[in-house]
Amino acid sequence: MSDLPKPEESLSKLDHEPPRTGWMDAPVDIRKGMYCYSANPKSLNYTGFPHAREWNPIEDDWKLPENWQEILHRGFRERLDRFRSVKVFMDICVRCGACADKCHFFIGTGDPKNMPVLRAELLRSVYRNDFTLMGKILGKLNGGRPMTENVLKEWWYYLFQCSECRRCSVFCPYGIDTAEITIFGRELLNLLGLNIDWIATPVANCYRTGNHLGIQPHAFKDMLDFFVEDIEEVVGVKVEPEYNKKGADILFITPSGDVFADPGTYTAMGYMLLFHYLKERYGFDITWSTYASEGGNFGFFTSHETMKRLNSKMYAEAKRLGVKWILGGECGHMWRVIHQYMDTMNGPTDFMETPVNPITGTVFENAKSTKMVHIMEFLADLIKHDKLELNPRRNDHLKVTFHDSCNPARGMGLLDEPRYVINNVCNNFYEMPANTIREQTFCCGSGSGLNAGEDMELRLMGSLPRANAVKYVHEKHGVNMLSCVCAIDRAALPTMTEYWTPEVDVTGVCELVANALVIPGEHDRPTDLRGEDLPGWAEPEREETDAE
Amino acid sequence: MNVKYMFSLVAVLLLILLSYAGAEAAGMKTFFGIFIPYIAVAIFLIGFIWKIVGWAKSPVPFRIPSTCGQQKSLPWMSYSYTDSPYTKTGVVLRMALEVLLFRSLFRNTKFEQHGDRLIYRWEKWLWLFALLFHYAFLVTVIRHLRFFAEPVPFFVQWLEGLDGFLQLGLPGLFLSGVALAAAAIFLLLRRMYLAEIRYISLPSDYFPLFLIIAIAVSGIMMRYFTKVDVVAVKELTLGLVTFGPTIPEGVGGLFYVHMFLVCVLLIYFPFSKLMHLGGVFMSPTRNLPNNSRAVRHVNPWNYPVKVHTYEEYEEEFRDKMVEAGLPVEKGA
Ligand code: HEM
Ligand code: SF4
Ligand code: SF4
Repeated sequence: MSDLPKPEESLSKLDHEPPRTGWMDAPVDIRKGMYCYSANPKSLNYTGFPHAREWNPIEDDWKLPENWQEILHRGFRERLDRFRSVKVFMDICVRCGACADKCHFFIGTGDPKNMPVLRAELLRSVYRNDFTLMGKILGKLNGGRPMTENVLKEWWYYLFQCSECRRCSVFCPYGIDTAEITIFGRELLNLLGLNIDWIATPVANCYRTGNHLGIQPHAFKDMLDFFVEDIEEVVGVKVEPEYNKKGADILFITPSGDVFADPGTYTAMGYMLLFHYLKERYGFDITWSTYASEGGNFGFFTSHETMKRLNSKMYAEAKRLGVKWILGGECGHMWRVIHQYMDTMNGPTDFMETPVNPITGTVFENAKSTKMVHIMEFLADLIKHDKLELNPRRNDHLKVTFHDSCNPARGMGLLDEPRYVINNVCNNFYEMPANTIREQTFCCGSGSGLNAGEDMELRLMGSLPRANAVKYVHEKHGVNMLSCVCAIDRAALPTMTEYWTPEVDVTGVCELVANALVIPGEHDRPTDLRGEDLPGWAEPEREETDAE
Repeated sequence: MNVKYMFSLVAVLLLILLSYAGAEAAGMKTFFGIFIPYIAVAIFLIGFIWKIVGWAKSPVPFRIPSTCGQQKSLPWMSYSYTDSPYTKTGVVLRMALEVLLFRSLFRNTKFEQHGDRLIYRWEKWLWLFALLFHYAFLVTVIRHLRFFAEPVPFFVQWLEGLDGFLQLGLPGLFLSGVALAAAAIFLLLRRMYLAEIRYISLPSDYFPLFLIIAIAVSGIMMRYFTKVDVVAVKELTLGLVTFGPTIPEGVGGLFYVHMFLVCVLLIYFPFSKLMHLGGVFMSPTRNLPNNSRAVRHVNPWNYPVKVHTYEEYEEEFRDKMVEAGLPVEKGA
């Protein structure tokens, strides 16, 4: 981050005026701070990807396989035949430009090739040249161009500057989803071994150990045991999470990032406290798994096949443990995969039951086939039925706003559930401006496997639209807490706020819930889960105790 | 000056010249009046169907609607019936709103940077002029049915009444023709003068606009200025649809230009972005319900993949698991 100028300077340098030379003629300039390191060949080999090798994006020679053009051409053809989305989206864009200024990476970098339409045109130009009659006759006049090494580098550079957030697809009159084109394009790049390490290594880890971070089973348990101690200190109760428990009612799966780094860890503690509460009060029976210890799926950023391979663990583990259904924690792309892909890829799931909330009796009809429920749906249902004893005053020191993560917003429609939960556990909630939330939400800038360290400039500039809206509510309402339901957000947004709005902190919604939750047998809780004093909290509690 | 639109402009001018000279000077009226129209219609129909069938042959492996509103989840939480449709009816309504009212384009915003503040203004002009353009196009096409049917169908007469309610001299002015030209010119100017749009535009984006403007202008000129012999034109067009084509006397070169440009549009259509007409109906982010957790979507090419099984996992980590007190399948 030290290479970056001050935020004001970054902002004043921003220029959205396109250059004079046409985009087809401008050679790609792979710039430090904007790209991620190439995949470690060991990781690619572990999961069986072709053409694993050492190569460096900024060197001229990418050590491509000799017949790389043929591989790409064949891959392109195959996918046109497999995905109607790609085929239709290749043909029907009218270049109306409605999507152009909708991308956070265009807004934040001013690079015209970050306009969704141009990002897609990078591939479309080759499509027109290789696969259409008009392109073959008219060539460049029809916007066609042959596949060259420069074009390939351009694909690579810009397909890893798209976070697959789908904001562009909301505005396109035909619903052209550049994320879909990026997914397709990255799949092609993987045929040539051109992944980035921040994706390839988590994928290999997840394949082997069950989670992206490569945490082995005993270590995973150790980490949660630390939280047990922390919780005991703050709340005064000993929670007892279950692991790999056969015959449990429900299996819980969440991203491993929350087990690993702050502030996600407090969200993980939030889950543990919630499950403890439900167990004490209602005999709720839920288990964690070390085998399926990852909700996230970086396979989704690699290829459809890799996504399926990693995702398979969820149903396999549910079947092995014999649970009735699966509860999913807070995560963005994990939920896109669960909601729109999992059942199709790895279903059907006749070994489970239609999810029923054992405490309220609510039948989750909307999840009756996939058999996986979002923790916000679950919590909203509990709160609606008055099953949680909550004291929102414990969050009174916070002025909270909510960041809709791209995938739950535009690939699922989970918009009101988290808001309902937040409004029941906090007294001060403020929305960011209407064009920056809900289905129009702006990405954190680090989605789809781009949350590495070496591409910090890209991440920070990509987060600008989100940060700017946070700054607005910070200045207007004094907002000091940015809540979210995504583990990548919890890893990425603190970096964003540190740069753009240092006064604002980041939290998961379940951390807010756990802070407000009145746990049976808890001792005096003058601090929140982070161990920070709740201002003005200690005294009234003490007085009440004195009066007894 | 910009080579991209100059090229398209010159191409359209050449087409105009070609047909005018061909029909007037070279006396190729049969070629331009009979041969080309039949070819054009045939290419349009076959090309269109070929394209749609081509798309339809590729399956939709996953149900991937862009959800633009609240999902249906808990029974007491209201959801967005058309922006995040859960039912078939919801999807039909969503598509109807897209096709008839350009719902998504209606959301359009314009990003602006004011110092350290970013704002997104509602941008209605593209939506408004695109809508105007398409409806004017539709009305114009329907009005032209009068040339292809005898007696003129009632709805065509009815539409003409509506379209021509502004009686400005004789013959009555049709609003749709003027609107079509005006809206197309707006779309063209937008492409030429907005830096971002100019940057993304290809010659193939200017070409249909110049072509359509030329069609509209030549139509307007025939009707109001050169006063083409409508009866003779109808003799020609009726002849075409009844497969007994004749070339009547007294139809001037301008008419052949008009008809030739329409034929070029028809021929160009299936091979160009104009196919968005068909594609919009097949877009998987719009035409599928957001119910993928309730109703399983089937992928016809779903194939088994190599996975890392629990057994393999336990095999590798069993000792550590036992030591940590984690349950295992096989006693260590
Ligand atoms: C949901 C339906 C449709 C939507 C949202 C839509 C939208 C658009 C938009 C945004 C443009 C671009 C204007 C520009 O900036 O150049 C356009 C152009 C055009 N559309 Fe459509 N359209 C639809 C259906 C149709 C249909 C049914 C036709 C039938 C003929 C059609 C014919 C055209 C033509 C001829 C152009 C102008 C050529 C051009 O600009 O390249 N469209 N449409
Ligand atoms: S909004 Fe859609 S049609 Fe318009 S330029 Fe973008 S992708 Fe193309
Ligand atoms: S999916 Fe998101 S990141 Fe990718 S082009 Fe569209 S708006 Fe930009």
